[in-house]
Amino acid sequence: MLEEKFFIRLSALFTYSLIAVLAFIIIVIFYKGFAALNWDMVLKTPKGGYYYGGEGGVLNAITGSLYIAIGATLIAVLIGMPAALYLNVQLIRYRRTQNTIRYFLDALWGIPSIVYGAFGFTLMLFFGMNASLLAGIITVALLISPIMVRTFDEVLCTIPKGLHEASLALGSTRTETAFRVMFKQGFPGFITAVLLSFGRGIGDAASVLFTAGYTDNIPVTLDEPAATLPLAIFFQLGSPIPEVRDRAFAASIILTIIILSISLGARLLSKRFSKTNLK
Amino acid sequence: MGNPYFSPNNSEQLRVLRATEPEAVLRVSNLNVSAGDHHILKNINLEIPKNRITVLLGPSGCGKTTLLKCMNKLTDLYRELKVTGNIYIDNDDILNTTASIPDIRQKMGLLSQRPYPLPVSIYKNVAYGLKLKGVRDKKLIAFNVEKHLREVGLWEEVKNRLNSPASSLSIGQQQRLCLARGLAVKPGIILADEPTSALDPTSSKIIEDLFRDMKKHYTIILVTHVLRQAIRLADHVIFMHDGEIIEQGPPEELFENARTDKLRAYLIDGN
Repeated sequence: MLEEKFFIRLSALFTYSLIAVLAFIIIVIFYKGFAALNWDMVLKTPKGGYYYGGEGGVLNAITGSLYIAIGATLIAVLIGMPAALYLNVQLIRYRRTQNTIRYFLDALWGIPSIVYGAFGFTLMLFFGMNASLLAGIITVALLISPIMVRTFDEVLCTIPKGLHEASLALGSTRTETAFRVMFKQGFPGFITAVLLSFGRGIGDAASVLFTAGYTDNIPVTLDEPAATLPLAIFFQLGSPIPEVRDRAFAASIILTIIILSISLGARLLSKRFSKTNLK
Repeated sequence: MGNPYFSPNNSEQLRVLRATEPEAVLRVSNLNVSAGDHHILKNINLEIPKNRITVLLGPSGCGKTTLLKCMNKLTDLYRELKVTGNIYIDNDDILNTTASIPDIRQKMGLLSQRPYPLPVSIYKNVAYGLKLKGVRDKKLIAFNVEKHLREVGLWEEVKNRLNSPASSLSIGQQQRLCLARGLAVKPGIILADEPTSALDPTSSKIIEDLFRDMKKHYTIILVTHVLRQAIRLADHVIFMHDGEIIEQGPPEELFENARTDKLRAYLIDGN
């Protein structure tokens, strides 16, 4: 009894410690960056002398990050959804092949993002491209695709096999079962997977360091370089000027708000679309 | 046994019925199923009479569900299963045919142990099968949705909330909805795999009553390990044990004059 109480309290301590870490991160970045946060930060691009404490904001990095994350997420969904459905519907009889594919996807998931960045950089050189929005989008898409496929896969794995069989027994083909039943049942989970991958994409610095480049302008075409929030934070945090370092924390607040909003949105949408689902 | 289904009158009626033996709608010949070294079904031979309730009876793990899954080729989903033999439906051997599997499956409605409504509304669940059949006329779909919901006695309970999620129904209602959904594809045979095992006694009785009514139009193959349910519903009984058919025939013959020790032991334990 005493032993059980001890382990319950220990588990509770670890659980609340993790939540406390999140709270602590938010408090620190708000404490350090709130004073520097203003509408100019969000609505203006850097003007001359911004990195020496001059006026301007990080609109270039906000839009660049959103462009890259949205583009990469769209590509990853287009790759990930059919791949996950193929894995769970067409390969349902081939467990060994399924497991082998899952192993490779997990390995891809575990590769550090800087390696993706280096790979993207090599591809850029091979195709004679410059650091650009397109190169950033492709690299981040490669980074988040395995995450997306495996998360979709996990969602599909939770769908009862009986539902799959019920659909086939009605005379559906495997493709009809995949798109009309499995997709529908998994939809709330897919939304969560998409938004979490988006969050990963928007927050990654290493993969875009060599591929997207950095610019003070908002990219208009795909072959222009694009700034990103993580790199904006990185560059400003390395500045010897205190005002610029404070702006790095203000940019961190913006990035954190975007990611927390996405996380909240994922939960709300997931709840909204799970109403018709088989419980 | 004191059961009305085994009164001398009923036995007499059944004898008359047997004289005009119903045609077999499904015939299984030399069916064997194995998974690696494990022989799940051993040389199964049987005939399923038309417009009757055939009960596949036997203890858990004896191969009843596997036999049912062979009948609508759901065993195809399990690569480890090796299926040999013949299953004839309308004189077509479904195990060795080039006919499309969805077409074969639409000849049979499946009712599983627990209901699996599709993740859509009540209306769309029943309409799903019709759409698969290529029905596009909305009036015809609406007509058939009502018809089949009435057929399973669900219409009055759901007519004002057809657009509600199917998952909002009680589990007994969900099972009837799954039956209506299966009937919408116009099957000749209903495969019911312990369809009342997850239901309360009231919902179970509704399903059993439905089966009795439905046998006028459908051939029902019911898997159960509940002896009392078999006694209440069966027109024809197939008793299985350890992957083999031990005895088969009319219920009064099997239940009153069991020939084998395995069936006798099962009847004693079941009672």
